[in-house]
Amino acid sequence: MPNHNTEKQWTPKIVAFFCNWCTYTAADLAGVSRIKHAPNIRVIRVMCSGRVDPQFLLDAFAKGADGVLIGGCHPGDCHYIEGNYKCLRRFQLLQKMTTDMGIEPDRLRLEWISASEGDKVRVVVNDMVSKVTKLGPLGLPDKFKSWDEEMKIFEHSIEEKEVFEHV
Amino acid sequence: MSEKPKIALYWCASCGGCEESVVDLAEDILFVVDNVDIVLWPVGLDFKKKDVEAMPDGSIVASLINGAIRTTEQEEMARMLRRKSQVVIAYGACAQLGGIPGLANQFSLETILKFVYEEAPSVVNELKTRPLERFKDNGRTTELPGLWNVVRTLDQVIDVEYYIPGCPPSPKLLKEAVLALLSGHLPPVGTVLAPDIALCEECSKKDTKPTDLKFESFKRTHLWEVDPEKCLLSQGFLCMGPATRSGCGALCVEGNMPCTGCYGPTSRVRDQGAKFLSSISSSIGADSVEDIDKILVGIPDPVGTFYRYGLPGSMLKRKVVL
Ligand code: SF4
Ligand code: SF4
Ligand code: FES
Repeated sequence: MPNHNTEKQWTPKIVAFFCNWCTYTAADLAGVSRIKHAPNIRVIRVMCSGRVDPQFLLDAFAKGADGVLIGGCHPGDCHYIEGNYKCLRRFQLLQKMTTDMGIEPDRLRLEWISASEGDKVRVVVNDMVSKVTKLGPLGLPDKFKSWDEEMKIFEHSIEEKEVFEHV
Repeated sequence: MSEKPKIALYWCASCGGCEESVVDLAEDILFVVDNVDIVLWPVGLDFKKKDVEAMPDGSIVASLINGAIRTTEQEEMARMLRRKSQVVIAYGACAQLGGIPGLANQFSLETILKFVYEEAPSVVNELKTRPLERFKDNGRTTELPGLWNVVRTLDQVIDVEYYIPGCPPSPKLLKEAVLALLSGHLPPVGTVLAPDIALCEECSKKDTKPTDLKFESFKRTHLWEVDPEKCLLSQGFLCMGPATRSGCGALCVEGNMPCTGCYGPTSRVRDQGAKFLSSISSSIGADSVEDIDKILVGIPDPVGTFYRYGLPGSMLKRKVVL
């Protein structure tokens, strides 16, 4: 994702995994009905919230997402019977883990949004964008880079030493 | 004198267990010594860094490096061995994934130093003395390696061709790797030199593992008795067998201790902790947030549980804010 944001007008990037049968349709409906929500989300369509592997969520953070949103069918409505319950159970444990790793709980969110709830998409997205905006950038790719700076400093010092030793 | 292929063994941030696993080759070590020349092995033989430095680049067939990389000295040695070697093998969980030393990526360097030199219950250090990287005494300067802020896997610092997993690796894997090196029939670069199947496949309890697990609680081994006949996971113990690569012979599980995941993931998994977290949590026997959380109380330390051997090599690598 190119970063068009400058320091001043920074807005968060939010990756959304939406279930094909409900939230994705709702987001579509929101679009068709010209319901306006913050333009910060990149939606990825999945066949069920139960398909959302926690590795996808960590990968999204690691690649630069400031927040990750999962949208699934309401309890009892999952097309694959239990997918959304599995998602909820994973979510509860994953959020505990990511919080321990220093990622604020508000950056990871799970919502049940049915196909007809186009307006709920707006409410949820706007609310999440405002919360994550308050938290500021997570910026893991930049963090990874800055953590590795210490190796560069050291590379110079070995090179100097090696030149010295080889004289 | 000899034309035997040269091998170097080196250790970085590790406990010494990997060195032990070399000794555990038992009589096979004679075979190794007959067939290769060990040119560096600080634990066992008296070669110096300058001996290796004097060798031409690429003259070592393989360097087996264990341990994570935490200090400047470790990086320096790793880079030197990289230059001198045709093949570098990350040996053991710490070199491959960060290992137990990698758990330090949950704390800042200052927190660690403060604890170790000032706050640990066994420490008396009224002057709060800490080691200096550079110390002058009588006109002589002594230098100590610097500590980095981040613990890294070996391949985050130098290029690595192969990985031998385990905490520590089994002597069998080491022997097979040496045989492969001698034969010259090497697998594609990046291969983990261990079977690419889950540990459950080689576990004697696997027939009692139900296809449909349901956790009513998670149990910890010091508080509950283990039924030695039954799959540990099915009893509620967090056995990482399903998310861990086989190759150890299911050592812990055969001793009725749950697998803690030291052989790392199979090639189909990128983040072992997330995968295991996913597989066990989806089988929690509750549907509401409150009931799920009640069961999750049994996992008080998810990071330490799921990333016991793999935090630096995981997707997040290190605690985000330190
Ligand atoms: S979960 Fe553990 S005890 Fe159960 S079959 Fe797998 S390795 Fe064996
Ligand atoms: S059972 Fe698990 S923790 Fe024990 S040696 Fe094997 S892979 Fe490592
Ligand atoms: S089908 Fe929508 S959450 Fe499973």
